[in-house]
Amino acid sequence: MAEENLIEISGVSFAYDRRPILTGIDMVIARGKVVAIMGVSGSGKTTLLRLIGGVVKPTQGEVRVAGQLVSSLDRRGIYEMRRRMGMLFQFGALFTDLSVFDNVAFQMREHTDLPDAMIRDLVLMKLDAVGLRGAHRLMPSELSGGMARRVALARAIALDPMLMMYDEPFTGLDPISLGVIGNLIRRLNDALGATSIIVTHDVHEALEIVDYVYYVSDGRIVAHGTPESMRASTDPLVRQFVYGEADGPVPFQYPGRDYSQDLRL
Amino acid sequence: MFNRSALLNIRGIGHHTVDIVWRLGYASRFFALTLASSGTSFRRFRLIVRELYFTGVLSLIIIIVSGLFVGMVLGLQGYHTLQTYGSESALGVLVALSLVRELGPVVAALLFASRAGSAMTAEIGLMKATEQLAAMEMMAVDPIERVVAPRFWAGVISMPLLAAMFSAMGIFGGYLVGVVLIGVDEGSFWSQMQSAVDFKEDILNGVVKSLVFGLAITWIALFEGYDAPPTAEGVSGATTRTVVTSSLAVLGLDFLLTSFMFSGL
Repeated sequence: MAEENLIEISGVSFAYDRRPILTGIDMVIARGKVVAIMGVSGSGKTTLLRLIGGVVKPTQGEVRVAGQLVSSLDRRGIYEMRRRMGMLFQFGALFTDLSVFDNVAFQMREHTDLPDAMIRDLVLMKLDAVGLRGAHRLMPSELSGGMARRVALARAIALDPMLMMYDEPFTGLDPISLGVIGNLIRRLNDALGATSIIVTHDVHEALEIVDYVYYVSDGRIVAHGTPESMRASTDPLVRQFVYGEADGPVPFQYPGRDYSQDLRL
Repeated sequence: MFNRSALLNIRGIGHHTVDIVWRLGYASRFFALTLASSGTSFRRFRLIVRELYFTGVLSLIIIIVSGLFVGMVLGLQGYHTLQTYGSESALGVLVALSLVRELGPVVAALLFASRAGSAMTAEIGLMKATEQLAAMEMMAVDPIERVVAPRFWAGVISMPLLAAMFSAMGIFGGYLVGVVLIGVDEGSFWSQMQSAVDFKEDILNGVVKSLVFGLAITWIALFEGYDAPPTAEGVSGATTRTVVTSSLAVLGLDFLLTSFMFSGL
């Protein structure tokens, strides 16, 4: 059971209208692992999360979560599956009309019949796990970016999900918050016995905490391996990304006419 | 022979028409979904009560003040016109009938569209832009059921109440100007009003009107918010469209309803 793959994606392609976003994706994510999906902006990383969450259906191929074929589920089935998933959005996506406490309690109130006293204890425990128990009365507008992300994390783990998905969790954070979030992702994954997928382009932070990396470029997986193997990779595409080189296989210049022609030389 | 620009124009018109029909269909589907997802709102009535506060109670001030002034103006203008024919004792009838049949439902609806309708659109549009609706979806909670339906029913319930409040304040304003200020006989003011205003013909028809207006405004406001492009420009455009479209819808529907109710068709 422990070796079973939680997520299996085979031969998946996806297109918006007729514009291909993902082509021929094969990916397996083992239970208990923290896996990063990396790539430059617009490479189709977030779409992969949307496919796993059943927000969109693949135009080709199969996505299986815990053995279930996601595209075969009806709305009720998808909602049933999502109850066992948690997702952290890029900027937290906290409900701005609810307090920190009510944000974390939201899913418990919607999906369970737990008594108020128990919900209170659970919410405080979740907030304690992200270090914000003392902030439970605040409104989202009173939180800093890093705090908001931590509250959103507490909300995402409210029902102890089997799968956590993080959409660019490090974007726009100061170095301290960045370290805190990175640490929390790893620690919570191990404590909950969950499996985590991090979609990110923040190479250094991600390579520190993940077990495995998939590198996506132009809608295809061009490399995958452990963080060590990614660091040691000789693939110019991977090297350019991992070491943040301005020019390489991913060109610095947006395609255009010849420079000398544009300057009328 | 058509030249190229004429062809492009025709294509533009066709595109625009298809777009309108598509949006109408989409809005109707949204309406049907809202109705179908209303069960939770009534099972958890406090969801509606909360929205009643925001749409109804917070609109009270503008409704009360406007109603009072409209009634006072009616009292003044009515008195001057009726005086010409020596029938100023019918002032109560004029004020009450104009308010209960027309001005109450219509002006209250226009105020409701700009006060509560625009707020609903902006709120839902911003919830969408900040991924709050997407987060809710990922938490296996249907935003139409949890966010849209309670607001819809709150709008439908509060509109007739606000219109009644508007008419009541208007009649009081007419009384203040006509009886207290100008000195029309109080007895004839009230007794003529009582005998001329029919409960079913006038008051009930007014209530039906305001119910229909409430339904139309809330539907338009919620749809525009839900359909708004998730950008600052998108939300501001949607808010404007809510006020313009729902105001026009109120005036158009008023003509239709009046012609059915009062012209003996």
